[in-house]
Amino acid sequence: MAPKKTIMKIYSSEITPEQTYYAQSQSRRQFFKTAGLVASGALLSACAPSTPSTVDPAPTAIKPEKPVTAGQTDELGDAITQYDAISNYNNFYEFTTDKQGVAQMSAGFVSSPWKVQVGGLVNNPKTFDIDDLRKIAPIERIYRMRCVEAWSMVIPWSGFTLSNLLKQVDPKSEAKYVRFETLLDSNRFPGQRDRSFPWPYTEGLRLDEAMHDLTLLATGIYGKPLLPQNGAPIRLVVPWKYGFKSIKSIVKIDLVAEQPTSLWMKSGPSEYGFYSNVNPEVSHPRWSQSSERRIGEMARRRTLLFNGYADQVASLYAGMDLRKNY
Amino acid sequence: MAALLPITHLLWDTWRGNLTVNPLQDWTFRTGDWALRLLVASLACTPIATIFGFKQASSVRRALGLYGFGYAVVHFFIFIGVDYRFAFDLIWDDLATKRYILVGLVALLIFMPLAITSTRAWMKRLGRQWKQLHKLTYIAVPLAVVHYIWLVKADLRDPLLYATIVAVLLLLRLPWVRTQISKLKYRRVFQKL
Repeated sequence: MAPKKTIMKIYSSEITPEQTYYAQSQSRRQFFKTAGLVASGALLSACAPSTPSTVDPAPTAIKPEKPVTAGQTDELGDAITQYDAISNYNNFYEFTTDKQGVAQMSAGFVSSPWKVQVGGLVNNPKTFDIDDLRKIAPIERIYRMRCVEAWSMVIPWSGFTLSNLLKQVDPKSEAKYVRFETLLDSNRFPGQRDRSFPWPYTEGLRLDEAMHDLTLLATGIYGKPLLPQNGAPIRLVVPWKYGFKSIKSIVKIDLVAEQPTSLWMKSGPSEYGFYSNVNPEVSHPRWSQSSERRIGEMARRRTLLFNGYADQVASLYAGMDLRKNY
Repeated sequence: MAALLPITHLLWDTWRGNLTVNPLQDWTFRTGDWALRLLVASLACTPIATIFGFKQASSVRRALGLYGFGYAVVHFFIFIGVDYRFAFDLIWDDLATKRYILVGLVALLIFMPLAITSTRAWMKRLGRQWKQLHKLTYIAVPLAVVHYIWLVKADLRDPLLYATIVAVLLLLRLPWVRTQISKLKYRRVFQKL
């Protein structure tokens, strides 16, 4: 059994709010001042003409203080990446291939209403409304995200486990894989007009990978709803695989018998395999897989096998040649 | 001197925090880009001078080539020193598995003797061999373009634009093409007469 501490579960109440996170870099006193002002200001407008000086704003202002340390690192002690970086440096070709441009291009993206159709080899096919999915008791997870382009981030997600959803549709015994599909709509995703990619974006997992406790369907980031550039309104997060496996803006999930072919497998079969597990031993023709740049740091890090989640997931691949099954 | 502007701009952007959240990549890309631009510009000097009679182009050929090489050297040191911090096991691993790194390194190595022998003294010392030696640039610049093509993931437009320009510049140097062009020029002159 993996020791419990290797998976860090942090409740939404504990996660650092973005403002608090920013405030850290400023003077702490300044932060309290501002927070106090905001709090008393709110009180003023809410219950005038009471005298604000008699009300102590401290309890409301201090509340996010304690979880700051709890929410700041992953289980390896790595600091969470700046929110600014997470929201402005994105690979999302449905908008643009320019990582800096995704935030702007996706600004007006409409992700409500939204439905996720779950079917295929299941006993209980179901179409979920995003509003209902958001009601599933959210869990918070801080995961490392390792892009195949040799950069990485540490991101606080919120959502629910994929297994939670799959249990509701009750997969049949013939189901061996899960296939995911992103919305196909070139009006909302102008990048899909680029015919050099076989849209829609599709991805796949083996059923046991999909049922793994680490595999998350995220609807939130940094304690707020998922931003369009991060895959609103719902995306997959598989932290031990390269980032492109974590498909964004999902509309369809199918249980299937055969191994699905992902968009990247179609575009570059020799470069992108079905498994795409983070593995420093398996090289790529363009980017170093033995080391990576952690966004926000100036020195390279050595890449960890399964992105540091080997304790939890290595058993899934026991006996497999990971060089062949890249 | 104008060739120093890009690096100044890069340092300015770094100082002002105008880079992306992946500054190592910005430094690498921007120095690499300018190395290629200047080298291609250097390659364009002779055709511009001979075909359009714009003689001044020849006088900046060496400077453009040397600045291009300078950017390539900075690009190289950012890669091994700043990015990889001289972690030679990692560098070796990448060199062995990534053809674009290998081809880039070969291009840089070819440029090295050309940069050294770019002075007037070396020109005199080598005599006719100097011209032969410096024809290596016709190999090194295409290798630098291949380096770019191989590292790009999806959008090949920029590297292919460079490839096209370099191909044209090299074609213009073929003896057959050169005679055709000079014939064309003479014909024009005769028509006017």
